[in-house]
Amino acid sequence: MTDRTGTDTADALSCTGLAYSFGGARAVDGVDLTVAPGEVFGLLGPNGAGKTTAIRAITTLLPVPAGMVQVFGLDVARERMAVRRLLGYVPQQLSADANLTGRENVELFARVYDVPRRERAPRIVQALEAVGLGDAADRMAGTYSGGMVRRLELAQALVSAPRLLILDEPTIGLDPIARTSVWDRLTEVRAATGMTVLVTTHYMDEADQYCDRLALMHRGRVRALGTPGRLKAELADRRARSGEADGPAPTLEDVFRHFAGSGLTDEQAGGEFRDVRNTRRTASRVG
Amino acid sequence: MSATPVVPRPGSAESPAAPAAGLLGVPPRARPGWRVFPARVGAMCVVELQKLRHDRTELYTRAVQPALWLLIFGETFTRLHVIPTGGIPYLDYLAPGIIAQSAMFIAIFYGIMIIWERDSGVLPKLLVTPTPHSALVAGKAFAAGVKSVIQAVVVILIAAVLGVAMTWNPLRLLGVVVVVVLGSAFFSCLSMSIAGIVLTRDRLMGIGQAITMPLFFASNALYPVALMPGWLQAVSKVNPLSYQVDALRGLLLGTPSHLWLDFGVLILAALAGIAAASSLMGRLAR
Repeated sequence: MTDRTGTDTADALSCTGLAYSFGGARAVDGVDLTVAPGEVFGLLGPNGAGKTTAIRAITTLLPVPAGMVQVFGLDVARERMAVRRLLGYVPQQLSADANLTGRENVELFARVYDVPRRERAPRIVQALEAVGLGDAADRMAGTYSGGMVRRLELAQALVSAPRLLILDEPTIGLDPIARTSVWDRLTEVRAATGMTVLVTTHYMDEADQYCDRLALMHRGRVRALGTPGRLKAELADRRARSGEADGPAPTLEDVFRHFAGSGLTDEQAGGEFRDVRNTRRTASRVG
Repeated sequence: MSATPVVPRPGSAESPAAPAAGLLGVPPRARPGWRVFPARVGAMCVVELQKLRHDRTELYTRAVQPALWLLIFGETFTRLHVIPTGGIPYLDYLAPGIIAQSAMFIAIFYGIMIIWERDSGVLPKLLVTPTPHSALVAGKAFAAGVKSVIQAVVVILIAAVLGVAMTWNPLRLLGVVVVVVLGSAFFSCLSMSIAGIVLTRDRLMGIGQAITMPLFFASNALYPVALMPGWLQAVSKVNPLSYQVDALRGLLLGTPSHLWLDFGVLILAALAGIAAASSLMGRLAR
């Protein structure tokens, strides 16, 4: 393989029978999905649905067998380093280093992605300006608000010009204005670079507004897949057939409820205990 | 499947300063394989220095304990003459031991730090970059070394103020730097390895405290190994701290030492530590 990517016609991401267990708990249980280049793909589902586990498998953090996950045609199990060069990753927690300035936070990622010395400074500036942190670049990240930290993390991920950006609940714990700001910056950069975005979220309005296609996960499996409009239309159809056509048009939240049902309290919630812990930690750091 | 990027949605792309892709559209080229390792180690050391530049409090607070060891313990025992030091004042004998001790205390903290970084998402993010586990661990190990060298300079200055007669030969001081870096690399890797096994901060803190004490006392940092009972001498023989102290004494004070053996043991220990910690790093990612 001489080129950095397999073939340019390959899917940005393809999962085939992706499965992963923690001990006896099957967190992801046979997920098949493909994400087209340039798409914004949303992964929805209740806590414990397996979203974060799937993302950790895609980002090479969890060992999965060859053949399960490919990024732009490269197998994550076989060509780990090459895949990582294509990825930008923003984890669920607010993970910028509070003891460094915004610029230094981005600089670290420029270094570990081998940005040459003379290109480093302009690239860092461009990444910071793309997320609207040009003016705050030399302040300590510890003084940033939650929304600014998120945008800083976005800059950290963008500095290496990823082709697939993976965001795990990027707007969790943020106020509505900060949420919009994160998404606006993301949309701008995506329009300029044509990168692919894979995002998990609990906010149905975000999924509806910003995602081209959605996969709804529940208990480790994909239960529904399609554009937001299609998912809503399908539910409307289903309701019409069962004779309850009179209600208001279904929202994405109705779709979510339809597929995840009473999923919020089921026994599998224990499987993602760590998720909850991390979210709490994030919440306390934001608060 | 559309190969062209999906058209951005109206309503969110109307911001005045929509940036042209610029450099953010061009992925940086990978370094040739052999240069990745030193580059990552360099990146980690730079971060360590940047942090120290922003906040020197740790540097000051960490200088207190070694200063007290030299000032209280050292000044007292140098008058007691109970420990055979081979003819040099006890305070002089003690100073290299305290340098090694303070470097070890810094290094042992790195396991706790890596767990904190795991919990806060910093570590997972780094593990998704094109950085092999071994390069990440070596980076942390040498970052610990950087911090320890700065700490060593502080202790040497305090010792000099207290009248310890040390060498100012630059070549020997360079040797001191290497010894301190290698020792810190080993102890930080020891700590990161334990972190990779126990996985939580609480457990690691207990273990960290339980091992630093014996590592320190079962070494030649405070007294010659010859004074110890046989079984403790055996422990001291496999304790890298003893070799570190022996080398530091030889370099700083010119006392009889086994420099080649010391360097050999420290290099092997550091390499073994990096290997062990990197093989356990995957457990922290999971």
